[in-house]
Amino acid sequence: MAATTVPLQRTWRRPGKPVLVAGVLLAWVLIWLPTRGLHTLGLSPADLTPLHHWLNDVNDTVGANRNSSPIFLYFFNEIRAAVDSLVTLLQDLIAQPSYGRPVPVLGWLGVVAVVAYLSWVFAGWKPALLAAAGFVFFGLQGLWEESMDTLALTLGAVLISLLIGIPLGIWAGLSDRFHRLVTPALDFMQTMPTFVYLAPLTLFFLIGPASATIATLIYAVPPAIRLTAHGIRSVPRSAVEATESLGATGRQKLTGVLLPLAKRTIILGVNQTIMAALSMVTIAALIDAPGLGKTVVKALQTLDVGTAFNAGLAIVVMAVVLDRVTTAAGNRVRTTGRVQRFRKPLLVVFGVVAAVCAYLSHTYFWAAEFPDDFAIGSTLSKGADSVALWAQEDLSTTTEAIKNAITYALLNPLEALLVESPWWLVGAVAVLLAALLGNLRAVIVTAVCVAVLIGTGLWQDSMTTLAMTIVATAMVMILGVVVGVWMGRNRLADRVIRPVLDAGQTMPAFVYLVPFLALFSATRFTAIVAAVVFAAPVAIKIVADGVRGIPATTAEAATAAGSSTWQMITKVQLPMARPSLTLAANQGLIYVLSMVVVGGLVGAGALGYDVVAGFSQGQLYGKGLAAGAAIVVLGIMLDRIARASSPSKGSNQP
Amino acid sequence: MKLLRLTATATLTALALTACGGEKIGDTPAAGASSGAAACGTFNLAVNPWVGYEANAAVIAYVAEKNLGCKVTKKDLKEEIAWQGFGTGEVDAIVENWGHDDLKKKYIDEQKTAVAAGETGNKGVIGWYVAPWMAAQYPDITDWNNLNKYAAQFKTSESGDKGQLLDGDPSFVTNDEALVKNLKLNYKVVYAGSEAALITAFRQSEAKKTPLIGYFYEPQWFLSELKLVKINLPKYETGCDADAAKVACDYPEYVLDKIVSKKFADAGGPAYQLVKKFTWTNDDQNLVAKYISEDKLSADDAAKKWVEANPDKVKAWLAQ
Repeated sequence: MAATTVPLQRTWRRPGKPVLVAGVLLAWVLIWLPTRGLHTLGLSPADLTPLHHWLNDVNDTVGANRNSSPIFLYFFNEIRAAVDSLVTLLQDLIAQPSYGRPVPVLGWLGVVAVVAYLSWVFAGWKPALLAAAGFVFFGLQGLWEESMDTLALTLGAVLISLLIGIPLGIWAGLSDRFHRLVTPALDFMQTMPTFVYLAPLTLFFLIGPASATIATLIYAVPPAIRLTAHGIRSVPRSAVEATESLGATGRQKLTGVLLPLAKRTIILGVNQTIMAALSMVTIAALIDAPGLGKTVVKALQTLDVGTAFNAGLAIVVMAVVLDRVTTAAGNRVRTTGRVQRFRKPLLVVFGVVAAVCAYLSHTYFWAAEFPDDFAIGSTLSKGADSVALWAQEDLSTTTEAIKNAITYALLNPLEALLVESPWWLVGAVAVLLAALLGNLRAVIVTAVCVAVLIGTGLWQDSMTTLAMTIVATAMVMILGVVVGVWMGRNRLADRVIRPVLDAGQTMPAFVYLVPFLALFSATRFTAIVAAVVFAAPVAIKIVADGVRGIPATTAEAATAAGSSTWQMITKVQLPMARPSLTLAANQGLIYVLSMVVVGGLVGAGALGYDVVAGFSQGQLYGKGLAAGAAIVVLGIMLDRIARASSPSKGSNQP
Repeated sequence: MKLLRLTATATLTALALTACGGEKIGDTPAAGASSGAAACGTFNLAVNPWVGYEANAAVIAYVAEKNLGCKVTKKDLKEEIAWQGFGTGEVDAIVENWGHDDLKKKYIDEQKTAVAAGETGNKGVIGWYVAPWMAAQYPDITDWNNLNKYAAQFKTSESGDKGQLLDGDPSFVTNDEALVKNLKLNYKVVYAGSEAALITAFRQSEAKKTPLIGYFYEPQWFLSELKLVKINLPKYETGCDADAAKVACDYPEYVLDKIVSKKFADAGGPAYQLVKKFTWTNDDQNLVAKYISEDKLSADDAAKKWVEANPDKVKAWLAQ
């Protein structure tokens, strides 16, 4: 449809392309009819291939040599000790009884004061108030200690992420070669399900905060590297050339021009790293990471929706506070020019107040332990419970109907086509599509991906997962366009919806699994809905941003020419926001894939189940690892085909 | 403006420094360093993620702390990782183990980092269950021979034109695909993927009177909320499940046991003696599990409640 409405863009190089694509798809269905059920490479949940056995053996060998190999004694153990002491230090400081005291070094009053003070210094009044309110809220929820444990772990992971990520990001920003080398590795780190490497991590780094921090780190460091590199690469050439002409050394160029100009993007990277770290809280709880994640996981065991919600809400609040503070700090970097007259004395005065609060919380019990007289945690969880119950009882008939409609009309036919086609047919279609939409590179990547999928021994499961991924990504894009355009056109809508989107992105999936299961049963559709809740916010935000980024003059010209609202959206705003739409689809897809494992917990089966099973059962470990790899490969394949078909080829990778 | 703020802060500071006293930290002796811990030392207890296990762990930890003066460190871990912890010295005991022959072979026979420490007294039952309303309405459903008659009722969006048999958490070994095939049942096994999914499904089935048949097990806290009815599969006989592909009989009764690290066993301290002697019944466990899950007591309070009501059983574990 886009091809006919947007003649200006060089979307299709040959006019016949949509026809060709349709032809390929039609041919697929026609060949599928007589061949369905042949060569589908099925593998039942308990069966293993030689590759899976071999991966098991590797895992066993590592475990058996844990205590004798020098690599462990002098390398992994050292890393572990360093990470462990950092996290323990942070915990002693704010979360756990330490140094022979019954309470941490800083009590609640001190933490609130210090956080508010730092937020004020770096971000301003509003974020400081928000931070103070948010932190007091943790105490009111009755989750002070858990929240501080989570904060300590998050800070530890973020600090190390930045220590590693910013230098690597600078390197990737300066060297094209390193950038090409590191990008696929970062893709891999972000799409490989965490469940796959949790067990090996505890083998390498033992059980405890160190392993949890490193697991978090693996997921959280890529944004820091990517955005630092992006920031350095976006520095205008003219600025760099100017310094070069003045004879600056490489070091001077970096510290004098590149880093200052890239500062805002780097801070955005810090922000994204914090968000990623927080989203790992519940997963890390499975290897004994302390904090809010434990509360969520324990509540899930007894299907206690209210308690899980209470803890999940604390995670959301922490994410929102940290997001707003770092974003405001990032924006402030640009406007450091106007220093207020009162700032210096205020810095001192508030510094003294914060120090006094810290001292008090170090010395007196009332300032150290949050008083539980005002606890609202149980009220909150009771409220959440009754809402969940109401939804389950009164809505589930409707939701069952929606589930059935989408499953029978969309998901089942698509899955039948993908799963029951012979592997060579699906492979041929994928390669043909890559050839039609993209270039030789896309063809090669697709062919390799198909081969790897077959190699994992999980072809059929991959196809089942692929069908779900396509449906979920389509739903994400529909939501992204509808809500994103609305938010982009309407400031008020943006202000109201944005916190909801933040909650969708940071509320741990474990919290809403139980209500969703009641609404949609243990089905593939539940997995799709969970994925949409997580992935739609990012798509919506990107689309809204794109729509808002359209120059005002263009919109005014269209209005002057007498466009209706509908024409305005379809003829001007959407076509002009096209790069944003592509980016939204790409990010939406990655987010959907990162939820495949959660889908495995709610009845989606396929790759998600394989990964969870591999985490739970020793003899399925290798299969779980292969399934994790299959998820990564699916992501690469879909991304390459989709990106090859977009007008701005890959230039919008953040 | 500036003056106002300065005054305000000055007042606050003065107020904080002089007016408010309150109990000072350090006036009372620190709680952690109580006596008696030396005899027992630190006891690292793995807590696997299900409530029945938590009940075992809660009671053992409570007795170890109160009666033996141990410092108990509970570690929340999945089974596979808990077993790994024996080798790295970070886990001393697992106190409810379901089978796991592969792990026994790997860690007890091959790596020799773990040893068995006897039964918990709990009997593990695995099987196919339906909600009580179904068993009441269709009494003959509990015989597997009649299952095909009901297959159409169990159809869902996930099972195509067959009946759906809902399987659960991948941690548990299941023969269900082989069973369906070998008993020639017109069913498809659908994997719910988690215990939460299974329990929610059974809850919905009872509340809305929708047909559901699925894999379940006891001891389990949920059974004190909803008494599920077990389907009788062909009776289990020793060896009838030897070939995984040809299984056509019910699941054996699992004898749940305790596993400890070899180091912990060799040292033979009081905590080890306690773990070794600990045994109780399914009813005991279900009761403590109910305290935790339904009455929402903390693990420690639930254990206290049970221990105080059962002094004889506790005494037997502590006897020399």
